[in-house]
Amino acid sequence: MQTLSKDWMRISFLLLGGVLILFIVWPLAQTVLSSKPGILWQTLLDREVFSSIAITFYSSLIATGIAFLTGVPLAYLLARSTFPGKRLIEGIIDLPIVVPHSAVGIALLMLFGRQGVLGRAFAPLGIKFVSAVPGIVIAMLFVSMSYLVNAARDGFASVDPRLEKVARTLGASQWRALWHVSFPLAWRSILSGMILMWARGLSEFGAVIILSYHPTVAPVLLYTRFESYGLDYARPLATILILSCLVVFVGLRMLTGRSR
Amino acid sequence: MTYLAIDALNVEIGGFALRDFSLNANRGEYTIILGPTGAGKTILLETIAGLHPVRSGRITVEGEEITHLPPEDRRIGFVYQDYMLFPHLSVERNLGFGLDMRRIDRHSAITKVQEAARLLGIEHLLPRMPASLSGGEKQRVALARALVIEPRLLLLDEPLSALDPERRESLQQELSRAHDRLSTTTLHVTHDFEEAISLGDRIAVINSGRIEQVGTVDDIFRHPASQFVARFMGARNLFTGVIKHQEEGSVLSIDGIKIAVVTDRHGPAHVSIRPEDILISRGKLDSSARNSYSGRISKIVDRGPLIYVTVCVPLPFVVIITRRSLTQMALEVGMEVYIAFKASAVHVF
Repeated sequence: MQTLSKDWMRISFLLLGGVLILFIVWPLAQTVLSSKPGILWQTLLDREVFSSIAITFYSSLIATGIAFLTGVPLAYLLARSTFPGKRLIEGIIDLPIVVPHSAVGIALLMLFGRQGVLGRAFAPLGIKFVSAVPGIVIAMLFVSMSYLVNAARDGFASVDPRLEKVARTLGASQWRALWHVSFPLAWRSILSGMILMWARGLSEFGAVIILSYHPTVAPVLLYTRFESYGLDYARPLATILILSCLVVFVGLRMLTGRSR
Repeated sequence: MTYLAIDALNVEIGGFALRDFSLNANRGEYTIILGPTGAGKTILLETIAGLHPVRSGRITVEGEEITHLPPEDRRIGFVYQDYMLFPHLSVERNLGFGLDMRRIDRHSAITKVQEAARLLGIEHLLPRMPASLSGGEKQRVALARALVIEPRLLLLDEPLSALDPERRESLQQELSRAHDRLSTTTLHVTHDFEEAISLGDRIAVINSGRIEQVGTVDDIFRHPASQFVARFMGARNLFTGVIKHQEEGSVLSIDGIKIAVVTDRHGPAHVSIRPEDILISRGKLDSSARNSYSGRISKIVDRGPLIYVTVCVPLPFVVIITRRSLTQMALEVGMEVYIAFKASAVHVF
């Protein structure tokens, strides 16, 4: 690798990129560093804050679980088979990244609302989506599943299909070849996809607020506190959200970093 | 009785195809399948292993039809060119994989793994991970893994191609040794002509998904059944003899004729000399080449710009010359000529 010194093009690129990096790090760092630990602790003990964080974390976990059960098999198909409409499906998987999330909320509401087809279908089971945890879960699922499916697909694609073929000749059924060979080899990608999806679900605001204002997820609580009481009151909660996502992210980087 | 019978097999997978492919092998036979890249060799092996659906035709092993059996029920060992070891499992667990899948009890599984490791001299590698092995070691592990399940048939897909020449030779010996010991009926696919000649007592030449010719090395070489076989083999000078070390260097003797060679090997060996490396002349050649013979032209074949001249000394040598030198020297069948080539032009294998 070339060193950076005495290479003017690289030095100027580094300066330009540095502006962008500073733009990301500065606001986050300032928010976190200007908070007093005592106030943070008090905020965490606030019942409303605590329950909103709990709801956010486990709703996103359930969404990740649903995407794991349905999206990982799909990812395997996309990595291993060619079939008509495959490109269309790949496009659909990326769709949630480009659609405005508040529009997603409206779309989901039309289907899962009290008058919606699925809303009415689930009602006899005692499952409702408006102003309820299932609503939060489907909103998170919609906006964040792309991350898991894409990561899992890349993970499976990086496993040579001939490894499975050899496993078959050694006596493994299709299922066992998947379970003993491809799945363990793709696991790191799948896991990092799950963490990414989970973190993306945690931070969802637009789609969730339309389906469920109460129970309240943490980003929505943050917004209402800012709206009703102002910056000072919102800041400790912002700090807590930033810190918890940071922990998740550092964990992810360490996890995927080890595999390289 | 025929042990493996492939009968009029038709397979088609994305552009590649086998058409009316038939091939038999007796129990314990080592058959080389020789063909150019893209001839459908890998597809053939994968189809026998059960990895591709068959359109029509039959495959039987020991009289049992396996055409539509899933691969896990066939007990056919498979070794790929680039090993395909499971990277997340130790060498020991790689070897034991087939036994785990067949739910063999732990105790006899350990014994079988040890036996296979001993056969291929890889006992010391058992605790290692595949990533830390050299190419030759990986291929030994892949071979042992396939042999552990005591396969009814062993399929080798270019098993030596990824190795450097030195390792290739040692693994080649390992392959012969394992085959001598276990007599597993083996199909070994290669595009390498020399590999085919040094390993197989029986060679099947295939091209575009079809068998062109099956026979001994000599059959195929001396009596090519089709133009493709003749061209694929090339007009090579291929001889088998015995190498002895003498004062002036190594000498290969064949039917009373001695050819000076450059090699460390001795004993039985094959040699080949490229036709374009042989000089031909009407008068005695005054050259530094150590191999010089006189003989009679038995055949002249016109292939456009190049002319193939066969000179019997009486061992037949094929020489390639240009049309210009043919007219210049006015060569004719029956004419007495001299040929010469350097000891370093003789390839020993």
